[in-house]
Amino acid sequence: MRHLLSTKDLTRDEAIQILDIAEDMADVQNREVRKLPTLRGKTVVNLFFEDSTRTRISFEAAAKRLSADVINFSAKGSSVSKGESLKDTAQTLAAMGADGVVIRHSASGAPQVLAQSDWIDARIVNAGDGTHEHPTQALLDAFTMRRRLFPGASRGRDLDGVSVVIVGDILHSRVARSNLWLLRTLGATVTFVAPATLVPLGTASWPVDVSYDLDATLALTQPDVVMMLRIQSERMNAAYFPTAREYARQWGLDDERLGRLRPDSIVMHPGPMNRGLEISAGAADSAQSTVLEQVANGVSIRMAVLYLLLSGEREAQA
Amino acid sequence: MSDTSIRPGGTRSLLKGAMLPDGTVTDILIENGRIVSTAPGAGTGASGTVVIDAAGLVALPGLVDLHTHLREPGFEQSETVLTGTRAAAAGGFTSVFAMANTLPVSDTAGVVEQVQALGARAGYATVRPIGAVTVGLAGERLSEIGAMAQSRAAVRVFSDDGKCVHDSLLMRRALEYVKTFDGVIAQHAQDPRLTENAQMNEGALSSELGLKGWPAVAEESIIARDVLLAEHVGARLHVCHLSTAGSVDVIRWAKARGIAVTAEATPHHLLLTEDLVRSYDARFKVNPPLRRDEDVQALREGLADGTIDIVATDHAPHPRESKESEWDAASFGMVGLESALPVVQTALVDSGLLGWDDVARVLSNTPARIGRLPGHSHSFEDGSPANLTLVDPAARSTFTLDRLHGKSTNTPYEGMTLSGSVRWTFHHGFATLRDGELADPSEAATFASGELAAGPSGQGIAG
Amino acid sequence: MARTVLQQADIARALTRISHEILESNRGAADLVILGIPTRGSVLAERIGAIVAGIEPGAVPAEMVGSLDITMYRDDLARHPTRTPSPTQVPRQGIDGKTVVLVDDVLFSGRTIRAALDALNDLGRPRAVRLAVLVDRGHRELPIRADFVGKNLPTSREERINVRLESIDGTEEVSIEEAPGA
Repeated sequence: MRHLLSTKDLTRDEAIQILDIAEDMADVQNREVRKLPTLRGKTVVNLFFEDSTRTRISFEAAAKRLSADVINFSAKGSSVSKGESLKDTAQTLAAMGADGVVIRHSASGAPQVLAQSDWIDARIVNAGDGTHEHPTQALLDAFTMRRRLFPGASRGRDLDGVSVVIVGDILHSRVARSNLWLLRTLGATVTFVAPATLVPLGTASWPVDVSYDLDATLALTQPDVVMMLRIQSERMNAAYFPTAREYARQWGLDDERLGRLRPDSIVMHPGPMNRGLEISAGAADSAQSTVLEQVANGVSIRMAVLYLLLSGEREAQA
Repeated sequence: MSDTSIRPGGTRSLLKGAMLPDGTVTDILIENGRIVSTAPGAGTGASGTVVIDAAGLVALPGLVDLHTHLREPGFEQSETVLTGTRAAAAGGFTSVFAMANTLPVSDTAGVVEQVQALGARAGYATVRPIGAVTVGLAGERLSEIGAMAQSRAAVRVFSDDGKCVHDSLLMRRALEYVKTFDGVIAQHAQDPRLTENAQMNEGALSSELGLKGWPAVAEESIIARDVLLAEHVGARLHVCHLSTAGSVDVIRWAKARGIAVTAEATPHHLLLTEDLVRSYDARFKVNPPLRRDEDVQALREGLADGTIDIVATDHAPHPRESKESEWDAASFGMVGLESALPVVQTALVDSGLLGWDDVARVLSNTPARIGRLPGHSHSFEDGSPANLTLVDPAARSTFTLDRLHGKSTNTPYEGMTLSGSVRWTFHHGFATLRDGELADPSEAATFASGELAAGPSGQGIAG
Repeated sequence: MARTVLQQADIARALTRISHEILESNRGAADLVILGIPTRGSVLAERIGAIVAGIEPGAVPAEMVGSLDITMYRDDLARHPTRTPSPTQVPRQGIDGKTVVLVDDVLFSGRTIRAALDALNDLGRPRAVRLAVLVDRGHRELPIRADFVGKNLPTSREERINVRLESIDGTEEVSIEEAPGA
């Protein structure tokens, strides 16, 4: 693996390798010394064209626990035009000797453009691009599911037969896309639930069931996992649905819907949550919720990814 | 003026053994900017004749591009009239219609006359400016269409290309008003609200790639409205760059109703599909966007059955930096003059959908008629203006950047294998392209100055 | 050409002797932790643990034997393709105050053991650390030596030592191979 750009092009074996290495990394988190010398002397740049403190500090913690040097580069609000800034920034980072670039960008495909360009030859990790993909989020979600559903026996396993319902703004969600591809590769079945305005066009050809009715879907599938997506307030202004109240009533995970879930099912949310909109406080704080585990697991997954991309042989300079 | 006056470059040329669009193999004798004979053996032996071996080459009337962006004035870092017409000559074109989205916008007689004059001075091709429909392309009030029509540039085609004339009442008025001057509105059909920040064809692929979708209906609904408006007011309408199967259906329906509509397709929409966008390589970013394979097939069929009247390049040069970026930030557009004929041959002639006579029709005769460009295109009758191009249809090669002659290199075809190679182009008898080599600019300009001195009939602009 | 230097019975005898030596130097199995270095060191550690349990009443292998992955501590990561680490498993009681015996199959440059000492350092603070190896082939690049050695095998740098163990390789022997072209 040279870059991590999407989950769509991960094979089952590659995905399981990342999850298994993350198990080792998670073990390190429980030790007295939570640091490994593995990436000593390597430089990881967090290149964030879009604000995301959570994702950035997760990558920062991961890189630091592997002893890499971390440079945070917030390119937001740069005065140069967007196009120039990606190329110029990449060349600047290359000149500084970055071994790995963790990039968050509002434009879909920006990490791939960087990886394909000759502007920089560092390893590229996609930390979320536009409405395209967010592969480390999907990997940490799969990791969280695996640990919860197969406690003590998660290593080496896929998610064969696990049913996952993903609820919310599928249209704008890179998390939903990355999760779909990865979960399918790992053998899970996926259902998207959303108002029709928030379902992307063309999902009929995707390996997913689509439903507009949350109650019917929960009753029918009795899912192992319910993943709630964040609803952003600007969606309401763009008239994807009439009001927050109507959305919460139809597609929110409230206490009553939580009560109807199987007791051994888990409730996930990539954060940050809108309590009372897509998820009730009761559901967010319940024993079934994995929200905080997801945060902890994020560091383990990102350590595994950085290890896999950065520890190996340095390729001969072309 | 005298038809027999000797002009620079206007010597006798004999093209031996060329195949005319109708399949006849013969010799073509050019003298003083005219085709004087297409009889076999004509002109042999006469002294001072330049003899060109055209065996195996197809002769076409000089190609006419109804949709070119020459970028001058205002965006000379992308293209100038000189560089753009050199690219045209290299692609076999002898006339280009220059779109109005310059800076200043071509919405006054002054700007269109300037563009026309720059073309006439350069000498590589006849440049016909297109006038803006609305002032500043702002879509608010009509520009001085009459002044542009009656200027020395004699504008007949009006377009806000790049922007859609979206206001229904304004579009109605424009269609009506240009009737006064035998003009035509060339509409860029794109509903602006349905395509806000749109990046690529809307469908399963745009959803997967996370690029904002550009629905087919945004194009089709405008075309449907416009053909009904054209019918209602009895005006001519030309629809730029059709890209969807639905658009072809709407045009077919309109023509069956007898509506005076003509339609164009670009070479790239006849060959390329949205799958190329998977690379996020901005060379494939274009307006309207590349569509599905079904759409490409529908466009090809539409062109073959006459629903689509012409092929036009939408040659849209952009500087390197506007394509070297993430997809969202990149500019829309592709250069297309040099690749147009090879793409048409690859997509349509090789597959048997079009013959060479059809190619002459869709790339020369019909665009000249739509654009009211008399005395330029022809069917090789004796006395026709010597605007013609010779193509080697047997050539098949990988398209490389060194085949481009404009200022910009944003071609989507680099590395693709295309059929056909333009070998010779004659503009009013002057060889602008000579066995693949462009004529020297000073020589072209010298010839052009002789043409200008000889009077306007050489440019073939009717009042 | 490969030349067998230890056969199955030789390996068994060596492990038995090492086990006795460990017990002798530790004065029993109390506070003893045996950590193998994956992959073959882990197998050898399990076998030593089983022998020790057979000799010393009350010694339970599960409370004594574990494995210590050193992939993340290697100093040559950038010179090889990425390795997938193996799990580190330390007995429940941990290593603080214990005598830890590291077990590996071949002792060569000493770099693996250096990495193991670093890894151990991040896990806790043992009272003492000892080293047991099946084969010591010489050519040390660091000031490290083994406390318990199955067999000393003088080799040239160009030669390869192959350790094959029943549970991994289906056969059991130690052989020396001439490097191709040597």
